[in-house]
Parts: sequence; C-alpha cells; structure tokens
Amino acid sequence: MAVDTAPVAGNAAPPQARAPRRQFTLPGGSVISTFLVLFLVIASFSVEGFASTRNAGFLLLDVVAVALIALPLTLIVVTGEIDLSVASVVGLSSAVMGKLWFAGLSLQTIIPLCLVLGAVLGAVNGLLVTRLGLPSLAVTIGTLALYRGLAFVVLGDQAVADFPREWTRWAIGSIGGTGIPNAVLPLLVLIAVTAVLLHATPIGRSLYAMGNSEDAARFSGIDVGRTKLWLFVAAGVVSALGGVFWTLRYGSARADNASGLELQVIAAILLGGVSIFGGSGGLLGVLAGALLLASVRNALQLVNVPSDVLNIVTGVLLIVAVVAPQVAAGVRTRTRARPR
Amino acid sequence: MTSFLTARRLQGVITGSAVAALVLTTAACGGTTRESEAAAPASGGGSEASASADPDAAIPEGLAIAFLPKQLNNPYFAVADGGGEKAAGELKAEYSEVGPSEASASSQVSYINTLTQQGADVIVTSANDPNAICSALDQARAGGAKVVTFDSDTDPECRDVFINQATPDGIAETQIDLMAEQIGGAGKVAILSATANATNQNAWIELMKTYAAEKYPEMEIVTTVYGDDEDEKSFQETQGLLQSTPDLKGIISPTTVGISAAARYLSGSEYKGKVALTGLGTPNQMREFVKDGTVTAFALWDPADLGYLAAYAGAALSAGQITGAEGETFEAGELGEYTIGADGEIVLGDPTEFTADNVDEFDF
Repeated sequence: MAVDTAPVAGNAAPPQARAPRRQFTLPGGSVISTFLVLFLVIASFSVEGFASTRNAGFLLLDVVAVALIALPLTLIVVTGEIDLSVASVVGLSSAVMGKLWFAGLSLQTIIPLCLVLGAVLGAVNGLLVTRLGLPSLAVTIGTLALYRGLAFVVLGDQAVADFPREWTRWAIGSIGGTGIPNAVLPLLVLIAVTAVLLHATPIGRSLYAMGNSEDAARFSGIDVGRTKLWLFVAAGVVSALGGVFWTLRYGSARADNASGLELQVIAAILLGGVSIFGGSGGLLGVLAGALLLASVRNALQLVNVPSDVLNIVTGVLLIVAVVAPQVAAGVRTRTRARPR
Repeated sequence: MTSFLTARRLQGVITGSAVAALVLTTAACGGTTRESEAAAPASGGGSEASASADPDAAIPEGLAIAFLPKQLNNPYFAVADGGGEKAAGELKAEYSEVGPSEASASSQVSYINTLTQQGADVIVTSANDPNAICSALDQARAGGAKVVTFDSDTDPECRDVFINQATPDGIAETQIDLMAEQIGGAGKVAILSATANATNQNAWIELMKTYAAEKYPEMEIVTTVYGDDEDEKSFQETQGLLQSTPDLKGIISPTTVGISAAARYLSGSEYKGKVALTGLGTPNQMREFVKDGTVTAFALWDPADLGYLAAYAGAALSAGQITGAEGETFEAGELGEYTIGADGEIVLGDPTEFTADNVDEFDF
C-alpha cells in the first residue's frame, strides 16, 4: 500500500491534475445509474409489456455479450488505450468453433482452443502496442479488419448450425423460469473478479495511474508495457468466450457474427462515465451504461419506433454522455474561479 | 520492484481464470462431438399435425400481422411488405413492419422477441440466417404466434409455412420459353450468370439446359460466363461474349445485376435489337431498355405478390384454416387458391413476365 502511494506523494503535479477528474467521475457512475433506475421505472409504467419476466429475460440476454466484453475493455480504456478488434475476435472465435465442430471435435476441446486462440489474438494486439509502441487505435483498427477477414477465410459465407440442443438451450434458457438468463451467473462471477481487480487492488490503481500519466506511472515503478500486454490478452480471451456464447445463443457459427458489437461495447463504456482518454471511470457505471442502452432500445422497440430512429436516439445519448462531463467540468471550473 | 509485482499479479489473475475456465469446460462432461450428437435420436420436432385444420374457419378481424424483413430500407422488401399491407387491409388486420437497419440475424432476434412480447398473431419474416432466429421463433410460436417465412426460409422446424417465390423449374422454363419466343426456337445462346458458385443460379442453369435440349433441340446453349454480380464485370463479359461468338442469337442472364449490365452494353452497341436478351430483372432497372427496344421481355416474381400471399397464409394459419400440413388449401384473396406442398412450402407460381405493355405498372 505504502509503496503505491509514495510515488504519487513524491510527484506534485499528477495529484492536482487528477483531483478534479476524480471528483467528477465517481458521480459519473452514479449519474448513469440514477438515469438507469429512472428510465426503468418510467418505462415500466408507460411501456406496455416492458415490465415482465419474459421481457427482462430478452433484455438481459441481449446485454450479456456487451457486458462481458465491456469488462476487459473498460480496464483497457482506463489505461488510456482502446481495443476495437473485440467484435472481430468474437467472429473469428465463432468461425473457428464452427469449423472445429464440423470437423468432429468435442465442444469440451473446442472451447478451450477458442480461448487460447483469443489469448493469441489479444497478445498480437498487445505486442504491437507495447513492444512496437504503436497507437492502440491504429493497431486494433487493423486487427479489426484482419481478424474478421480471417474469420471469413475459416468459414467463408457458410454457417455451422448443428450444435447440440442442450448447449444452445442453456445459452438462451433462464434460471428456473425467473427470466434471468443462465449466462448471467458466470457473467456475475467475472464482473465480481473485474470489479475487485479494478477497484480494490494495487493493479487497479496502477491502471488509473497509467491512464492519468503514463510517464508518472512508469516513474513510480509500474511496468506499463507488461500490464497493458496482459490486458489485451485478457480482452482477447474474454472476447473469444463471447464468441462461444454468441455461437451457442444463436445456434449458428458464422464469420460475420457480432459485427459492429465493438461500437455497442464502447458506447456502454463511454455512457458509463469512463473517460476515453483514460484515468477515470468505474465498472458500475459501465454496467449501468450497457443496461441503459439495451433498455432504451428494448422499450423503443416495444412502442414500435423504427430502427433508424433507434440508432439516432442511441447516437444522441452517446454524444450527450460524452459532452455532458465536459460541460459540467467547464461549469465547475468557472464557478470555482468566480469567487476569487 | 512493485512493477514486477503488479504485472505479475495481473498475469496471475488472468492465467488463473483462464485455467479455471479450461478446467470447468473440460470437466463439464465426457465430450460432446458432432458424431455423438448425430448418434443420439433426434429430439423435438415440429408441431405439425398437432391440431387439425378447419377449412371453413372465419378469419377474425384485427389480427396483428407483423412483417420482419431482412432489413428495412431495402427496395425489394419494401415492395414485398407493401403487398402484405394490402392483404392486411383486405383482411381488416393490424399491419406493422419492423426490422433492423442492417441485415443481421442477431438484430432480427431482438425484433422477434419484441413481437413475442407484444403478442403478435402472425410474424412474416425473411431470415438472415436459417438457424440463428430459430430459438426466438420457437418462443414466439410458444406464445401463440404463427410464423410465415418468405424469400429466405429458416429451418422448416422453426416456422409454420414458407412462401417460395418460384420453383427452380418454373424459373428455368420461363427464361428458356422467353428466349425461344424471341429467337424462333433456334440458334446459339449464351448464359451470363452471377458467380461460378452461386447455388441458385447453378441449379437454374442446369435445369435450363435440360429443358432447352428437350423442348427446343435447335437451340444451343454454347457457354456460361460469370459476371460475379458486379456491374462492370458483367458489362465486360457481355462484350466478350459478342466478340467470341459472332453468330450469337441471344443471352440469358438469370441475375438482376447481369441482365441490366448486359442491357446497357447492348443498347449502346451495334447488336441492339439483333441479339436477344432475357432473364431475371427488376422493372425499374430494365424499363429504359424495354422502351428503347434492346429487350423485348424479361421475368421476375412480383415481390408484392409474395408479401400478399404471405399475409394471407399467416391469417389462414391464425384462423385455423390450415396448420401447415401438406395438401391443405386456402384462399389468398385476388391470387386465388393455394395448396401447401411438402415441408410446409407454398409456391407463389411462375415468374411474372414483363414487356413494354406492362412494365410501367410495376415499381420495384
């Protein structure tokens, strides 16, 4: 503990620079959570069919993949990096899963192989970013196209769909008719692990430190490169797991599975109050962001809002979420400046 | 030193969870492979024959009929759904059209879920993936909805009936007959197809060859070239055909991209009006070439009829007039009576032929 705080005390600049951000981000998560609760209450009363166990099940099932991939990606964004290739890893993992299943391997062999594949894909991202010092935005835009391309090489425009019923039923089934999807349980475990890692360990604090000032983090003895490399590996593994889940949920392995999912995940993260520049934000906000986006879509669909309008609403929500903190920060500094 | 500690710790956490995941998945059970699944007796299966049909049942008013196309803002589906809306009007049903803005299976699933939640009576859909929307459709049917697929079918277990635009035989024969009429049943004919591995086109071409050999022995199909459903490539392939086969009498292009590219080349060349062109095209793409005399007649099913028939089939299912079993019949408004074929398939009929006389009546 002492080791972690000491460098910060030794360096006068970062804590001052960080203080206002910190003040803002913690409420950021609670602002979005309040929004979510408000929206759920209003929608329950005003949208017919919104508040029912069946609809909750549909809604949660749509959130699972987004929330799952948001976990490692939040950590990456907190360090000031980005991984745009996550959805392509989902697609490639799905394609490989289909190909291997078709070749006669057992799911018990295929799933670990997919996770290993995800680790390798993540490591490629991580090595390019940390060893070659390339910007993660550029690297992962490249691998976004590369991994999706490989998925099409593996499976072409074919679909593999004869996965065992017990597995696909599990993926869409709910826990004892409560409407809560089976997949939520393992997701909760991963959420708990990630939350503890980010918010209650030195590792978590080092991620924020990197996001605020990589140089300062390096001077305080954090191995920035190594940590980031492992974060990219984690994102690869979790995305590959997402690919396995996606394949079973839709009962269809395809190269184009989950295309565009990265934008939904990043939207949830930004809406959740995580700064795209790194250094601030929390997991609670991200999960609330993911739930809010899905709930808004679900409620608007129930009242027959056309999909184009839906996209517009999602886009506006996102812009508001990104602009609001800037405005709030601006207002705060001005009001603070006035009395002097 | 903290540097190593933190990084190592993170490394440990990740490897730890990865190993845990591996152990969990491996320990789950003895190994599920494709073979072991195939060996197991097939479970589940359609709800066919569970209820008996009552051909005289009246169609109730106010049925909620929802059209879920592959994607919105696609002209083909806009016309098809328009046909559905017309039928819904005649049936005094509540028509709605919902769908994703991008053609993906996963987004269709969320719309199916919404329709299930809203309690739709009939869902008419064209599947982006024959399997991915299956479990969602199962839930919708469990909730009381009748499911009609059109244009692109799902696994037959997941829907009540499928409206097939035309049989492969019907498509092949219509095109050969159209060509034979234009060239007097004799001469060299070439085919301009889509890609070399396009399933539909290849099946049609085989049937066209067989049918032509039988019915028009003097018509000779000399070659098949592939424009890859790209305008430019199809244009160049047409040019190549006319140069390589100087005495070519006609070109058949069973793809909308190919026929319009070929028509554009012919209309600007010396072969205009001399080399016949027919195939599958849309009236909007072909209108100018029919009017300038490049093309006499071409064919395609009318998507509006497809949607119209789908809506009537859905209403008949919902009313209990049909259950989706082979041999059942129902009335589809102005299109007349239809009979359900094997696997719950209903064939719309032979493609509609378009000529200078009727091309202006269609907008798609």
